[in-house]
Amino acid sequence: MESLTNKRKLIESKPLNFLERAYLPAIAQGLAITMKHFFRKPVTISYPEEKREYSENFRGMHSLKRDENGKERCTACGLCALSCPAEAITMIAAERQKGEEHLYREEKYAAVYEINMLRCIFCGLCEEACPKEAIYLDGPHVPSDYLRKDFIYGKDKLVEAPLNQ
Amino acid sequence: MKVTIDGIPVEVEPGTTILNAARQIGGDIVPPAMCYYSKLKDSGGKCRTCLVKVSKGSEKDPRPMPKLVASCRTTVMDGMEVQNITSPEVIEARKGIVEILLLNHPLDCPICDQAGECDLQNLGFEHGAAKTRYEFDRRTFEKIDIGDKIQLHMTRCILCYRCVFTADQITDHRIHGILNRGDHSEISTYITAAVDNDFSGNVIDVCPVGALTDKTFRFKNRVWFTKPVEAHRDCDHPGCNGKVTLWYKGEEVLRVTARKDQYGEVEEFICNTCRFDKKKTADWIIEGPRKVSNKSVISSNHYDFKPLPVVKTNPVLMEANKEQFERDTRL
Repeated sequence: MESLTNKRKLIESKPLNFLERAYLPAIAQGLAITMKHFFRKPVTISYPEEKREYSENFRGMHSLKRDENGKERCTACGLCALSCPAEAITMIAAERQKGEEHLYREEKYAAVYEINMLRCIFCGLCEEACPKEAIYLDGPHVPSDYLRKDFIYGKDKLVEAPLNQ
Repeated sequence: MKVTIDGIPVEVEPGTTILNAARQIGGDIVPPAMCYYSKLKDSGGKCRTCLVKVSKGSEKDPRPMPKLVASCRTTVMDGMEVQNITSPEVIEARKGIVEILLLNHPLDCPICDQAGECDLQNLGFEHGAAKTRYEFDRRTFEKIDIGDKIQLHMTRCILCYRCVFTADQITDHRIHGILNRGDHSEISTYITAAVDNDFSGNVIDVCPVGALTDKTFRFKNRVWFTKPVEAHRDCDHPGCNGKVTLWYKGEEVLRVTARKDQYGEVEEFICNTCRFDKKKTADWIIEGPRKVSNKSVISSNHYDFKPLPVVKTNPVLMEANKEQFERDTRL
């Protein structure tokens, strides 16, 4: 019967010769390949000490920004929580008292601001919804942890460090 | 009397205004109104958002009216033909009106408690331009406490006079009004006298913007995170029948307002006891969830249906998980 593609090859299996039967040359050959890789650049990196370059539009952990005077930008308007498709964001607003003007930019601020990092899908809609340019997903990957409760990030982890420190 | 609004004929009583005739038809052709309030006598004619074009005056005198007219103040004539959304002139004028209303209105919607149910926000969204041409500083005022329950943010006021009419007509004597003239006009109680009356809380409901807000609800939550529920109670105050909307967050009643109809006008005014003092579920007889338009932000993320359970409850597993959790947290 004629084959369809004419690509068929007949393989003849011959018995192994002496050198092949000895296996030593094959072992040496294999070791040579292994040795060759010792001198090559490794393909892996030791994360997290070393980090690869990220894409510019990579979306990682959220950070709540401060303005040029170090005041918190977030005014707890709730638009991020509204836009969040995973419903990961909750907040409680409070009124700025007299003497706190250097801490918060507007008369209302978020007293509690929590993001459940297990729910978050890092879509960036909160960033888009924010009218005050207060939230950006510009952080690193969210680190792993053992307990679910430790994935609820509060203001202590989210708010940027003050400028003068 | 027969009038035609945007090509839709309607039969109305003599003396009806064009706005009310349009409301009898309903739908998209109803002109928006910021100052007109059907429950308040003499309201309207201030904001000019309800401007319409009268292309035929009446059957007897078919000449068109020379200028755009305020539909809340103009009564219909037999055979009148009115153009609202079919006239590009009206749409253009309305855009300008929104720009004028927003000249001195601060863009602090992220802070304002009215956001989400604000008439001016809706108006700006539907009819306004994206940008303003105004280059000067907006006028600012200190916020004033009118009594311990109501707060006045004069910066946000658009001078619709609704609260003045409310105080005049619903309460027995009014203490607040408009001071100064023109661009300097402001709502004030004069030497910040407290408005102290059993129905004074209604000025919060009639305010189309966030100028008069409920101090007991101040910054408690955003409107769209709360759940409106219709309820009533036996109010012993004459003139108040206790029909309200409760705004729930979880189990807690955050605020109480009067029931509003589709034009954002209250159905019945409620007394201050109902509004400010009865904030427990036990005080009210619940009628059911309030119908919210699916276009409103208040309806977002509120699900009518009960979602099917995702995980089958397994008491043995739950117990084991609890033990595991305790062991882990102890370490």
